[in-house]
Formats: sequence, structure tokens, C-alpha cells
Amino acid sequence: MDKAATDGWSVRQILAQQGILIAFVLAMLVFGLFSDRFLAFDNIMAVLRQTGIVGVMAIGVTIVVIGGNLDLSVGSMLSMATVLVVDLHDRIGPGPAILIMFCAVLAAGAINGVLVGYLRLNSLIVTLGMLSALQGITLIYTDGKNVDIANQSDTWFAIFGRGDIAGIPTPIVMFFGVAVLGHVLLTRMPFGRKVYATGGNPRTAVYSGIRRGRIVFLTYLISAFTVGCSALILGSRVMGSQNNVGQGYELLVLSAVILGGTSLLGGSGNILKTVIGVLILGFIQNGLLLLGFPYYAQWLVTWVVIILTVWLDVASKRHSLWSPIA
Amino acid sequence: MSDIKNNSFVRWLSRNPIWGFVVIVFVFFSFAADHFFALQNVENILVQASTIGLIALGLTLVMINGNIDLSVGAILALAATVTVDMQGWETLAFLGDWVLLVAVLAGLLCGTLLGGLNGLIVWKTGVDSFIVTLGAMLGIRGLVFVYTREQSFYASSFAYSDFGSSSIGPLPTLAVLFIACAIVIHVLLSRTVHGRNTYAVGGNREAAVNAGIRVGPHMVVNFMIGGFFAALAGLALSTQMGASTPNMGREYELWTITAIVLGGTKLTGGSGSIVGTLGGVLAISILRNGMNLMQVPSFYVLVVLGVILIAVLALDKHLNRRTAQEPAL
Repeated sequence: MDKAATDGWSVRQILAQQGILIAFVLAMLVFGLFSDRFLAFDNIMAVLRQTGIVGVMAIGVTIVVIGGNLDLSVGSMLSMATVLVVDLHDRIGPGPAILIMFCAVLAAGAINGVLVGYLRLNSLIVTLGMLSALQGITLIYTDGKNVDIANQSDTWFAIFGRGDIAGIPTPIVMFFGVAVLGHVLLTRMPFGRKVYATGGNPRTAVYSGIRRGRIVFLTYLISAFTVGCSALILGSRVMGSQNNVGQGYELLVLSAVILGGTSLLGGSGNILKTVIGVLILGFIQNGLLLLGFPYYAQWLVTWVVIILTVWLDVASKRHSLWSPIA
Repeated sequence: MSDIKNNSFVRWLSRNPIWGFVVIVFVFFSFAADHFFALQNVENILVQASTIGLIALGLTLVMINGNIDLSVGAILALAATVTVDMQGWETLAFLGDWVLLVAVLAGLLCGTLLGGLNGLIVWKTGVDSFIVTLGAMLGIRGLVFVYTREQSFYASSFAYSDFGSSSIGPLPTLAVLFIACAIVIHVLLSRTVHGRNTYAVGGNREAAVNAGIRVGPHMVVNFMIGGFFAALAGLALSTQMGASTPNMGREYELWTITAIVLGGTKLTGGSGSIVGTLGGVLAISILRNGMNLMQVPSFYVLVVLGVILIAVLALDKHLNRRTAQEPAL
């Protein structure tokens, strides 16, 4: 390749590397121009509040994916956790209910972690199996019924989904809190370096003394923990739960992670960009609704945005727009 | 009994262990469930298997290629919706009964084209098929919801809804359709150049390119076959219900992938067979049917399937590790 071509690429490289950020700003501008309510403070807060549920889980899944694995079980796990915390709330009180819920999701995460980390089974299939199994367990637990909290006005459990902390809605605090924690964990701690190393090249990682199994195990525990946090928000917001409430969330979460530029092959990715991925999905949804499009039009737009974003990313790495496949 | 025959059977079974499992669960339920061992019930199992089975036929080709298609469930819903809806279009009323043919062809065409679109994007952009079809899964499902305004459609042609419960001789039509398609795809995969190329591309893409296979168009064709069969499954399912719902086929991609992986197809591509896939599909259908007859709540099937899927994976890994002498990391 000649020099001129490489120089020409630097602009495109920036475009590709920060493509998601540029897309985000563009989307905000377009929606802001066409709808006068879109950029209103209340609307932005409402969107941020909504995105918390997907957002918190997306942080955990990003860490799993950087470690070189997938987690498709987060949707079912969210169903299980939300049903548990809501159902136990009235029986044993909010505190113990939350405790038991976290024990349950961490146990599920630990099973994922043992199977993928220590037994080294394919993560796609393992978490697919867990998706099915956890959904089944949730249905068995509820006997196919939906659950709700009887006294909705008089419980401190409301704080997670409906309340504020220092004037900021709790879901937003939790989302950004978990994001900052995740970012620090990945970029400032030895654990983070090990996650990148494991995802980038497992063999090299093992030969440099990293305990691959343990790292993968821990990434699944983190992912399960974030699912627990999301369940707090979801359960508290709705004050009830359908037994399949989390169905499909695994794909929304994965879409946000992919939009954030995290490679499904592992070894690269960034929490802050996942946050932007989550926000872009949230604002696309909200913007399209404000412009009068049907609710599900957002999925059509998401389709196009996902493919364009990843295409741009892949193209910049191989220095050509079209794939070399004959 | 001759030793040679015995050996070849054992070898066949060791390549397709899922069929051993199918036989075991079949025998188990024959004793454990009252009405399981009856011709009528076997017919039921085949009809129930036909939806996931038809999707699995096409998806097996895509997966042997080393790709994946997560959008099959959404394609199924779109094809069913289009076909059911078109039967009632006033603009096509002049066609009389022929409207059914047009509607069916339109549904199948939708599926084939969407599969082709996925394949084309995978080919031209080089983006991983998992991501491309994950996007398509959301997008096409969104299309279905927008198109139907989240309403169910009912088939206006009685011939259409009768088809789902009709029989050819002693066998239900849908079961015959499924078996016939399975035979066609089996021949395609094991007796034709395209089939050989499918394994070659999945096994070692670079070697396939060097051998002169046009990998891109080849993959597009397989995605189109995958889309076609997803659409056909959608039609099969909607003839049984006499309707289409916007949510139909949701999570079917997961069930289908489960069946295919149980059947021994590797996610990395290059190996797998229709015989194995058929075993995987039957295993799931028999489990569902048998547990249903034993009046086990359907929730337990989900747990059992999840556990079996992981157990098969672990077993496979264990057996392969012993032969491959892979260093334990």
C-alpha cells in the first residue's frame, strides 16, 4: 500500500474509531431539529431513566465479551431475578428479598462461569442452554403466573426504579455508577488487564501466568451481578413482574455492546463506548416515538445502525470498504 | 449377525450419538407415558417436529458453512404474515383460488430474499454473520410488528387452513413435506458439488478459495436456502393455526440451533449432517411430546432441554479431548 493512501486514511480512521460517537451526535441533532420536545431536560432524563435497565446489564456483558465469551442468558436471568425479588418482597420484606435474589443470580452466573471458564465449553451454547433452563425455572417457580407487590406506595423498595438519589433518578445513578466501576476495573486494575489478555489470546494469557479459568469465571459473576442490579430497577419500576419479562433483553444488550465497538472475538472493547451504544439505542427509540413512528420502527433503524457501525469498524481495520472474500 | 455389519452400525452410531439418545427417550416414553406408543402420536410428533425441522434443514447448511443465521424466527413470522395477509387482498380477488398460490410464492420469496440479503451483507462487508443476523433478527421482527400493527391475521382461504390438518395416505401432509425436504437437502449435501463445497468452505475457507470455489456467492446461496426454509416453516406453522401472529417464531432460532448442535454440527463449521440434525429435531420433539403426555408442565421441558444441551456439549468436549490430546490449559 502506498503512503498517500495511508495518509488519506487517517481522517477515515478517526471517523471509524469514533464512528459511534459521531452517529450519536448526529442522531441527537436530527431528532432535536425535528422534534422540539426531544432535547427538553425532562425528556432526556426520562430516556436515561429507561435505559438504565439495559445499560447496567450491558456493562457486565461488555466485560464478558472482552474476555472472549458471550452471555445470552442475561434475559432469562433478568426474568428470574425480577420475579424473585418482587415475589419475595411481600413475603419476607425487601431487604432479605434483595439478598436472596442476588444469591440466586450469582449462583446462575457461577454455573455459567464454571462451565465456560473451568470446563472450557463453548459460551454460546452454554448460555443458550442456561437461557432455556433459567426461563424454565422461573416458570416453575411462579407456576406460570405473574407476580406483583401488594402495597406499592409504602415500601422503600420503590427507590430503585422510581426514586431519586440527590435529585438524580436512581436508575441513572446506578447505570453511571456501575459504568464508572466497570471502567475503573477494566482500565486501572490488574484484573482488567487480565480480562483483555484472556480475550485477546487465551493461550498467551495462560503462558504468561494468568489463570484463564478464574478470570472467565469472574467475568460471568460480574455479569450476573449487573443483572441483579437491573432486576432491582425493573422490579421497582413496575412493582410487579411477568414471568418472561426479560425475554429478548439479551439481544438488546448485545446490540448495545456491539454498537459500542466491542469485538465479539474478545480482547478489545470499552465500557464508555458501550454506554454510548446504550444511549444511542435509547435515544433512537425515544426520538422515533416523538416523531410519530410506530414503536417497533426503532428495531428497523437499529438493524441498519448495527450493520453500518460494525461495517465501518471492520473496514477501517482492513483498510478497504469491501471484504476481500471472492 | 455378521461382525462387519455390527461394526459399521457401531461406527455409524458413534458418529451420530444423538440417534442413540432418540431411541432411548422413545423407548422410555413408550413405557412411561400412556398414549405415547401409538401411530397417531408418532404422526403428532412428526407434525410438531416439522416447524423447527424445516428451519433446521436450511440452517444446517449455513452452519456447516461456518456462519449462523439468528434471523430465521423473524423471517418465519414475516413469511407467514405476508402469505396469510395476501389471501385477503381485494386487489388480488380477481385471481379466485389462484390467489393462494400467489400468496404462498410471495411468502417464500420474502424469506429467500431476506436470507439472500443477509448473505450478501456477510459476503460484501465481511461483518461476522452473528452480528449481521442479530441485527436482521431485530429489524425483520420490527418490520413484522410495523406491518401488522401488532395484530394477528386470520387466513381467509379455507383451503389454506385445511392444508395443515390434511393427510397424504396415512401420513399428515406436513410430516410428508418435512421428510421430503429432508431427503432433498440430504442429497444436496452429500451427493452434489454444492454440498461438497459447503463442507470445504466451512472447514477451511482459505483452502476453499485456493481450490477455486467462489466462497461469497456460495454462502449467499446457502443463506437463501436458509431463508427459504424458514419461510416454508412459517407457512407450515400458519396452516396449522389458520392464522399468523406477530410474535410467532420468537426464540425458534434458539430451539433450532439447539437441535442442530445436538445433531453434531459444529459452530465452527466444516462438519455436520442432515441425519444428525434430524436426530436433534426428533430428540427435542419427542421430549416435548413425551413429557407433555406424562403431564409434566411444559416449564420443565425448558430446564431439561437446557441441561441436555450443556451435557451433550460437555460429553462431546470430553470425548474429543481424549482423542485430540489437546493440552489442558
